[in-house]
Amino acid sequence: MKEIYDLIIVGGGPAGLTAGIYASRARLKTLLLDKGVTGGQITLSERIENYPGFPQGISGLDLAQKMEEQAKRFGLEIKNLTEVTGLELEDDFKKILSAQGNFLSQAVIIATGTNPAKLEISGEDRLTGRGVSYCATCDGAFFKDKRVIVVGGGDSAISEALFLTKFASEVLVVHRRDELRATKILQEEAFANPKVKFIWNSHLIEIKGESKVEKGVIKNKLTNEIIEEPIDGVFIYVGNIPNTRWLGDTLELDEEGYILTNQDLETSVKGVFAAGDVRHSQLKQVAVAVGEGALASIMAERYLERKRRKTYRQ
Amino acid sequence: MAQIIELTDANFEEVIKSFEAPVLVDFWAPWCGPCRIMAPVMEEIAQKFQKKIKVAKINVDDNPAVASRYEVRSIPTFILFEKGEVKKTVVGAMNTEKLIEELGI
Repeated sequence: MKEIYDLIIVGGGPAGLTAGIYASRARLKTLLLDKGVTGGQITLSERIENYPGFPQGISGLDLAQKMEEQAKRFGLEIKNLTEVTGLELEDDFKKILSAQGNFLSQAVIIATGTNPAKLEISGEDRLTGRGVSYCATCDGAFFKDKRVIVVGGGDSAISEALFLTKFASEVLVVHRRDELRATKILQEEAFANPKVKFIWNSHLIEIKGESKVEKGVIKNKLTNEIIEEPIDGVFIYVGNIPNTRWLGDTLELDEEGYILTNQDLETSVKGVFAAGDVRHSQLKQVAVAVGEGALASIMAERYLERKRRKTYRQ
Repeated sequence: MAQIIELTDANFEEVIKSFEAPVLVDFWAPWCGPCRIMAPVMEEIAQKFQKKIKVAKINVDDNPAVASRYEVRSIPTFILFEKGEVKKTVVGAMNTEKLIEELGI
């Protein structure tokens, strides 16, 4: 018979790894699946400055590695490079489908996070990796003394724009509104940085270039004026898309695709929980994901206890 | 275990041209999260295709000249060379199956 886990955690970012730490310490037979190598989206962050305990800030990659090390210390089983493709609900257990095989579990925590959203403009796909990037941390160093555009006005856009000033000669922030959504301290830094220039009320509508990025076409949405800026790179931070497509219609999602849960983080299906960025919530932050991972794990443990008691009674 | 060859600015040309078999080069850096994801994938490819292709990697931080010559603007970037010529370029992290498909190997 195929092995049945107490708990399977899908996704190895901060939420999934924290759930893994708690579940392993509770001695649940737990498996964590990740489509790549554990760490999630934070591995794309050059520096995380608002996660408590690291007064000097910490790189996303380092933080992820520490969380993984901690989870492994308590015996968490991690299976990398396993991309889940479906969730099936059987009578007594849940089946997780993947190209690398199927896995059975009594309880499931979904912590699959989000992926960066695209602008869906001409040139974007064609020039991705040829100047178009969603990860300044990964690609910033290739733009030494070059001009780049950052699209967006949130925390990610502004912190990565500031990071890019270490390399680029000039960073043009193209934002659709006339003010930023980013945290005030980031705004202050950006406004004070002579390398950062803002192009307000504007959209990037096309990226031009033969084999690499050469020009950005920018349209002012108030005046409809169109300008072409000679640039070498475009960094896109216009929000995120939840990784929930693989779930089909097994769970209730909100209109944007985030998973709906009750306050105990249980989804519309008993025994299936959601934690972190993939969950419908007000704030996507490492600190929140970590808290939700812990709570989801404890709730999964309680669900398993209740289930066990019920089985005895029968 | 198939070996992954370490390339540098100094030995790149020589090594790339020295093989009859195609050489797959992984452009990476230690600070790049997605590159870390690809390390086991490269090992898998090296293993799976050990009779067919050579797998190599180059740290772009320590070896900027090669990265700039091949216009690498993002890492990880994978370039398949045949007799020293660029045959195919693939950018970004992906699983083994997808990378094999993209490279056409």
